[in-house]
Amino acid sequence: MKRFHRLAVGVGLASLALAGCATTGSSDAASASDTKATRGRSGADPAPYASTYKPYPGVPTALVGATVYDGAGGEIRDGIVLFADGKVVGIGDASLTVPAGYTRIDGTGKFVTPGIIDIHSHLGDYPTPSVQAHSDGNEATSPTTPEVWAEHSVWPQDPGFTRALANGGVTALQILPGSANLMGGRSVTLKNVPSRTVQGMKFPGAPYGLKMACGENPKRVYGSRGRMPSTRMGNFAVNRQTWLDAKEYDGKRRDLAKETLKGVLDGEILVHNHCYRADEMALVMDMAKEMGYKVTAFHHAVESYKIGDLLRENEVCSAVWADWYGFKMEAYDGIPQNAALIHNQGACVIIHSDDANGIQRLNQEAAKAQAAGRRIGIDIADHNVISWITLNAAKAMGIADLTGSLEAGKMADVVLWNGDPLSVYSRPEKVWVDGALLFDAMDSKRRPVSDFELGQPGEGDVK
Amino acid sequence: MIRQTLLGAVAALAFALPAAAQDFAITNATVATGDGSEPIENATIVVQNGRVTAVGSGVPVPAGVPVADGAGAWVTPGLFATVTELGLWDVGAVSESNDTGASGSPFSAALDVAPAINPQSQHVKVSRAGGITHAAVAAMPASSIFGGQGAIIDLGDDPDPVVRPRAFQVVALGEGGARRAGGSRVSAHALFRNALREARQYGEDASISGTASRAPETRTGDDMPLDPRLVDNEAQRDDVLLSRFDAAALVPVVNGSQKLYVVVERAADIRSVLALRDEFPALDLVLVGASEGWLVADEIAAAGVPVIADGLDDLPGSFEELGSTQSNVGRMVRAGVKVAINASAMEQPRYLPQFAGNLVALSKLPGAAGLTWGQAFAAISSVPAQISGLGADAGTLSVGQAGDIVIWDGDPLEVSSAPVRVYIDGIQQPMDNHQTRLAERYRDLDTSDLPKAYDW
Repeated sequence: MKRFHRLAVGVGLASLALAGCATTGSSDAASASDTKATRGRSGADPAPYASTYKPYPGVPTALVGATVYDGAGGEIRDGIVLFADGKVVGIGDASLTVPAGYTRIDGTGKFVTPGIIDIHSHLGDYPTPSVQAHSDGNEATSPTTPEVWAEHSVWPQDPGFTRALANGGVTALQILPGSANLMGGRSVTLKNVPSRTVQGMKFPGAPYGLKMACGENPKRVYGSRGRMPSTRMGNFAVNRQTWLDAKEYDGKRRDLAKETLKGVLDGEILVHNHCYRADEMALVMDMAKEMGYKVTAFHHAVESYKIGDLLRENEVCSAVWADWYGFKMEAYDGIPQNAALIHNQGACVIIHSDDANGIQRLNQEAAKAQAAGRRIGIDIADHNVISWITLNAAKAMGIADLTGSLEAGKMADVVLWNGDPLSVYSRPEKVWVDGALLFDAMDSKRRPVSDFELGQPGEGDVK
Repeated sequence: MIRQTLLGAVAALAFALPAAAQDFAITNATVATGDGSEPIENATIVVQNGRVTAVGSGVPVPAGVPVADGAGAWVTPGLFATVTELGLWDVGAVSESNDTGASGSPFSAALDVAPAINPQSQHVKVSRAGGITHAAVAAMPASSIFGGQGAIIDLGDDPDPVVRPRAFQVVALGEGGARRAGGSRVSAHALFRNALREARQYGEDASISGTASRAPETRTGDDMPLDPRLVDNEAQRDDVLLSRFDAAALVPVVNGSQKLYVVVERAADIRSVLALRDEFPALDLVLVGASEGWLVADEIAAAGVPVIADGLDDLPGSFEELGSTQSNVGRMVRAGVKVAINASAMEQPRYLPQFAGNLVALSKLPGAAGLTWGQAFAAISSVPAQISGLGADAGTLSVGQAGDIVIWDGDPLEVSSAPVRVYIDGIQQPMDNHQTRLAERYRDLDTSDLPKAYDW
């Protein structure tokens, strides 16, 4: 009965998300300890709530004999992937030498990809069980709330994280505040590792994002309360005035909202803009130019196929579903060929989930989008399709120098699939995060169980 | 290039979309009959007068029947999507276009979706292009625990979608029913029992009034003979909570002549539903949802109650779904339960093959319970047809069944595959819709001569 559930939600605040903005650079413990040197005029700590994530131990590992998609457009049959000390050491064909001391895993007939990355998730902010007490994804009390940070809502015990790992091979994800607001707040990027605290999941060095939303959601939420915005022109007016006010911010007196917006204007925080319609995306790109910021990605961009050229010229990514459509007016022109048509125009494509179930099957969604393109004569190679759920997502999240592809020196975020990841019949067999084996389908104990699930029906089940 | 070969071959059969059924045969096909068996390679299927007249390996093609070489392409029965909203809405969030629920209605069980179904809905067209030829359409409970009477439709491109009106009644127990009953499961069960008792009494009144044997003269909105009680009711009726219209609608439920789809998830709630037959023995129960069905699979099997299950739910989305697992369907099937995959648990009904394919994928995982390919395909074809009461006519490719046939460009459960031809009752169906037209228009972005609005 999920579908009916979703519709009910849809009519309310529904289709949530957007992606957040990031603060700058490194938020890890090391940089936080150096706050004196980096404090701004305001004296603000540049990295509060800093990441405490530390990679878990792994063993030097050689995946041998599988088909390897490196996430960056490379494909190696009968390949070898080496990782040790949490990093990718190298990848190559069968001639690559496996150093002594490496644990060999036979990948014959199997496939290896980078860890899957979801650029648009609300796990933790809208965790399961989906009860009102858990509804922490929309600060729907003011049309602009750039002062809120999604990380302050994340419940690390959300069982959804474990399903995304085990069934989806997801190793990193961006948690966005919802789309009730024009400016919904900052996103947070997480490594998909179980933790007692959100700081223990925070992706070291990931920039923040600012989630923005255009279109129906903000005008509906606030218009229904008899306040601005109640129209699309109201959306733009509130946004533009808010940017103009932010540009005058001098940082002398701390203002959390303006600190975020200044981060965007300074290029340190990435804009993830929920936006469906082509005409509206074009207006938003003009607004960004007017105000002096850049849109990193449009999310839910079901009409990107109408303006693939504009998106390419403006270097804006489209984070899309394979084929959702019709659930709201601005989704009425959604088509399954969207991703392929965007790709065909040379613009950047990312497949996102915005859904606790969909995040478990991003590989299948990418395959569906690929097949829809093939049917209208657009052939996109498998190794490029894999980039839609790995490196392209990492680029738009500002973490591509750390993860998203299998390249020496990058984090060893790796999935061993028991078959072609673009087939419905395949599942992750093993998933490593920073070289640590955190899921193993062949080992019932190598499967995380959240606090919430302990002692409940189905504890530790295959799920 | 199987697809090209097949397209050419099948195109030879049909130069234009015919309004009437065609006789045709496809040889050299991979035929999945939908009955739970594994696909048959190099098989032949023959359709005459809108019905399957032969299927299998080495069956002869009658003289005069046009033959197409399937070149190995997959041929299956049409998919049967159970519990959908097809034809009831255009845009979910545009309430004016959405007839899936009526929270302000004074009626509940009496609501009947049949007159509202729009066969020209884009969702019908898109689902048809996805290989769905039949669907159970339901309105979901909104103003009370009862959702009203659902219909079985076919997705043919004609003005008559309804194959069987009032095929089933819908009731929500569990959390959803509790909310609508005033706040608790306790109230939902009290309301439910009271409604069935009122309906039973109402039905019995008809037989003792001395006038019910009169020949029906008029039809009421729920298509039952005009009941004399509606004109002159002398029966003593205290504590009546249902409107007469709603009570009349529940008479066939309580006497077992209409199926009752019970939306329920938790194992304990499922047990309570099965126990209802102690009190109302004629109930023809179908469980819908049943995320924790695997925990009571043996009891469901013993009760002989079929399940329309959420195929891939594996999150504790609510406290009634704590035991959710993708192995739910597989474990129930192993226990002997008849299980169809619930289309209402996914974004679009045409995801049914993807969900079925995922259940096949589970068979490779230790500890998980998956389905064989044949079982998985049956869960979206013959099993939902049987559960919906149409099993004698639809859901399999076997002699005598309707010519509801889909030809695919690959394994139908694989995400990269899609139908290339769809037939309903032997009639080739259009595959185009708003989405296909948009894709054609925006295949390029050239507006150098005229705006895109002239490209159609």
